[in-house]
Amino acid sequence: MNSFKKEEQITGRIDWMTVFIYLGLVFFGWLTIYSAVYQDEEQNIFSTAVNSGKQFQWMVVSFIIGFILLIVDSKFFSTFAYVFYVLMIIVLVGVIFLGVEVKGQRNWIRFGGFQMQPSEMAKFATCLAVAKYISTLNVDIRKWKFKWRVFALAFFPMLIVLIQGDTGSAIVFVALILALFREGLESYFLVIGTAVAVLSVLALLIPKFIFSGILLLIAFAISYYNWRNKTAVKWIMGVWLISSLYIFSVDFAFSKLKSHQKDRINVLIGKGGNDWNIRQSMIAIGSGGFIGKGYLNGTQTKLKFVPEQSTDFIFSSIGEEFGFVGSIILVLAFVGLFYRLLFMAERQRSRFSRVYGYCVVSILFFHFLINIGMAIGVAPVIGIPLPFISYGGSSLLSFTILLFLFIRMDSQRLESFR
Amino acid sequence: MKDFYKNRHTVIQVIIAVFAVIFVIRLAYLQLIDKKYVLMARNNAIKEMEVYPTRGMVYDRNGKLIVYNEAIYDIMIVPRLTANVDSARLCELLDITLADYSDRKYKAKKYSPYKSSFFMKQVSMATYSRFQEFLYLFPGFYGQVRTIRKYPYKCGALVMGDIGEVDDRQILASNGYYKAGDYVGKGGIEKTYEKELGGKQGKKFIFVDVHNREQGSFADGQFDTLAQAGDNLFTSLDIEMQQYGEDLMQNKKGSVVAIDPKTGEILCLISSPGYDPNLLCGSIRGENFAKLLVDSLKPLFNRATMATYPPGSTFKPFVGLISLNEEVQGVEYTVPCNGFYYFGGLTLRCSHHHPWATNIQYALAQSCNPYFWQTFRNSIENKNYSRIQDSYGKWVEYCNSFGFGTKLGIDIPSEVRGNIPSVNYFNRMYGERGWKSATIISLGIGQGEVLVTPLQLCNAFASIANKGWYITPHLVKKIVDTDTQKDIKKKDEKHYTKISPEWYEPVIEGLYQVVQAGTASSSRVDGIAMCGKTGTVQNPHGDNHSLFAGFAPKDNPKIVIAVCVENAGFGGRFAGPIASLIIEKYLNDTISTRRLDLEKRMKETNLLNKYFAASKPKTAEPTDE
Repeated sequence: MNSFKKEEQITGRIDWMTVFIYLGLVFFGWLTIYSAVYQDEEQNIFSTAVNSGKQFQWMVVSFIIGFILLIVDSKFFSTFAYVFYVLMIIVLVGVIFLGVEVKGQRNWIRFGGFQMQPSEMAKFATCLAVAKYISTLNVDIRKWKFKWRVFALAFFPMLIVLIQGDTGSAIVFVALILALFREGLESYFLVIGTAVAVLSVLALLIPKFIFSGILLLIAFAISYYNWRNKTAVKWIMGVWLISSLYIFSVDFAFSKLKSHQKDRINVLIGKGGNDWNIRQSMIAIGSGGFIGKGYLNGTQTKLKFVPEQSTDFIFSSIGEEFGFVGSIILVLAFVGLFYRLLFMAERQRSRFSRVYGYCVVSILFFHFLINIGMAIGVAPVIGIPLPFISYGGSSLLSFTILLFLFIRMDSQRLESFR
Repeated sequence: MKDFYKNRHTVIQVIIAVFAVIFVIRLAYLQLIDKKYVLMARNNAIKEMEVYPTRGMVYDRNGKLIVYNEAIYDIMIVPRLTANVDSARLCELLDITLADYSDRKYKAKKYSPYKSSFFMKQVSMATYSRFQEFLYLFPGFYGQVRTIRKYPYKCGALVMGDIGEVDDRQILASNGYYKAGDYVGKGGIEKTYEKELGGKQGKKFIFVDVHNREQGSFADGQFDTLAQAGDNLFTSLDIEMQQYGEDLMQNKKGSVVAIDPKTGEILCLISSPGYDPNLLCGSIRGENFAKLLVDSLKPLFNRATMATYPPGSTFKPFVGLISLNEEVQGVEYTVPCNGFYYFGGLTLRCSHHHPWATNIQYALAQSCNPYFWQTFRNSIENKNYSRIQDSYGKWVEYCNSFGFGTKLGIDIPSEVRGNIPSVNYFNRMYGERGWKSATIISLGIGQGEVLVTPLQLCNAFASIANKGWYITPHLVKKIVDTDTQKDIKKKDEKHYTKISPEWYEPVIEGLYQVVQAGTASSSRVDGIAMCGKTGTVQNPHGDNHSLFAGFAPKDNPKIVIAVCVENAGFGGRFAGPIASLIIEKYLNDTISTRRLDLEKRMKETNLLNKYFAASKPKTAEPTDE
């Protein structure tokens, strides 16, 4: 291949559909941010005095960096994946000592006029490192020897972010389980994960003795039909015992939580607590009706009934102003993006880019799930942004890098050989 | 490396699809099915606010503005937003102490940390404009304009009434129109004409943000309703007469009521001691009200309509009229009087010496007690009635037809009935057979159980002036509807007395003689044919009350007046002169030079020490001049 032909191929193989969905989401987000801060017609969407103007600056920065990523050879990233990872860890630890505290979270660094959240940047570095490790020859995630290492790689940054006090960003790393699942992680990780979540919520809702009793009855019922199979009965009873122990431990764990964490869980299970945010968000979305109140006409978000309406609760602005139709279109746009990325991941020849692709989908999907779920009252209140939509330079930039690295890998998929 | 897990691609697709479907269902529920969120959003962001109307203004009979509105400000607080308030500066500007500041803030916070409530009520324009300059230093504070009443003439407080916060009973009765903190008329015409003066509240729908701050009007104000300003009232008061009367009555306890007999319009209604009505306006109301309430002279007690006195000799014309109408005696009926009256074993003493009364005119002029004892006895012992219950019952009816013993229905809230003792009262007191004319003889000279208010006395004299009728006395002659600019006042009722008109002539002549040559001759005004009757009323509270009731001119009377000066002695000494001065001023516009001394003396006389000296109750015989 001569160099001229190669250049042509790069642009030709860029997955434009993904890029268009990306641009559509970013511009839609920008307009929504403007609407969320909109007060009167005098206001300029580009004015840096308000969020929409600042977001525009970050958009320009993101577009430039995204463009640069499309030119750089993706081998560079796979080669230096561990270097990025180590650098990222150093920065994360550094932030704990040198960072600036904002809203009780020591996860900001400041240079010049800019503020950055390194925890956002940790996402793509971790994805690269995990992809790199799994794609290493002979690594088989089904074996505990390798499993531990992958987990350590994925969850060490999570631990540091947790120490920084940013529980929301930390939890995101759990999403990588989905990517690992694709690479052969046993399905019980998904099942146990889900079961633990469901049991935890139910344990706080239903009195624990009754709950344990109900589970025992179910266990007896299943055992009765399998009474010949002694092993099965033993297993079932074992599961019951562990579940019950877990149930009793939930209350204890719950009592050890910080008050805002308790609130989040209480809100989710409908037990009072400080559910102002979530209720206001649901009111805003619910009052949007079928076609919404129209762009810039939302009252609940504009009059600040919904807190954080341009960041964590931006979906309530969308739901209020664009109604059911707008919300569904947004949900479908995200699902379309995920499916496209999954499709792209599957067509990769290198395991590295495939794993990376799945990591990207996992992280984006987790954000989507928690952010919108929280706004419509089906997920706990965890303050993480809606990718490409929410206001925030660090998050826009980090999602852009995350996505464009994969677009770049995808455009070079034919060059790599296993 | 072989890819064993390609099918897991589908599993992940399904997981994403499942959650997307959950989101769609949830969104459909929130946005399409459950309608409550639309309502909740409205309740959140759209606030219904009352728009307070301006109260109607009040004019006197000559078109002088006597009550108007002045803007003042309530300072409101939203406690949650007051985190960074420069409280020292705020206290300095509002002239309160820091302790007071935290106290007020605490109260507001207890009501609601999010909702706005009163921090300080009724701050003057001057204070507020100073405060407003620094409003940016006080997040969570804002001003709300209100109006208070102002009275350019510092008189007639009890007639005008005052404005105060609506009480719980009124809130309940108003079907949600009033809410706590609204202001309503609390007395006088402000209370009676609350509906007209109060106007109609409007509604304003505004957007409020999460901190309850106004963010512009809802739907460009298309659902808003305007407040309708209160109707203007034109009272029948002559504010200058009111003022003049209060000046004459200063430092004396008592009352003056003047009525235009042709219309029943009250020209002045004075209760002394009075107070400046501006004292009960605005933030100083509470403090001043408490002071007035404990004042031993009871300035809040409307003596003109609520104080009852035995009418004394002022009652004699009515006793005479009843006997004439019952035809138990004629105009020229004579009772010999040599200072004593012997009757049924009693020896009653006339209070003063005078020639024999040979007719009713002379009896009135000299206020002869024996004459009216006899006259009263004649009507009670009337041969046309078999029992005293019937004759006395008839006599009560006559009295009631003059308005005695009944509420007249004046258009201010405080009015009492007075007392004309009923047949049943005496039956209960003495047994059905236990009483006769001698038992109740003192009624004949307006003493004993009979009690009248100065208003009733004045009104009854208006019936004499009109020769047989009166119109319900009232203070408001015209209500101008804000919308139509038309007079919406109901016509006042005309009442006829039970005395035929022919009997008034001799009595009026007698009353004329009272002023010309009788007991009130010191009150005579050259050029004015004044009729009247003095009264010197025995009472258990000290010296006699000085009473006078009369009208002028004799033909086609323009003013009827009743004056009562408590514990001032002989009726011709204070009440008569005060009445004559008011009449002279009303009819002639000035006081003749000859009588300026009298005017000065009336104004300057101070009887207050009489009221403060603990007076021993006296229980003497009725005496009269």
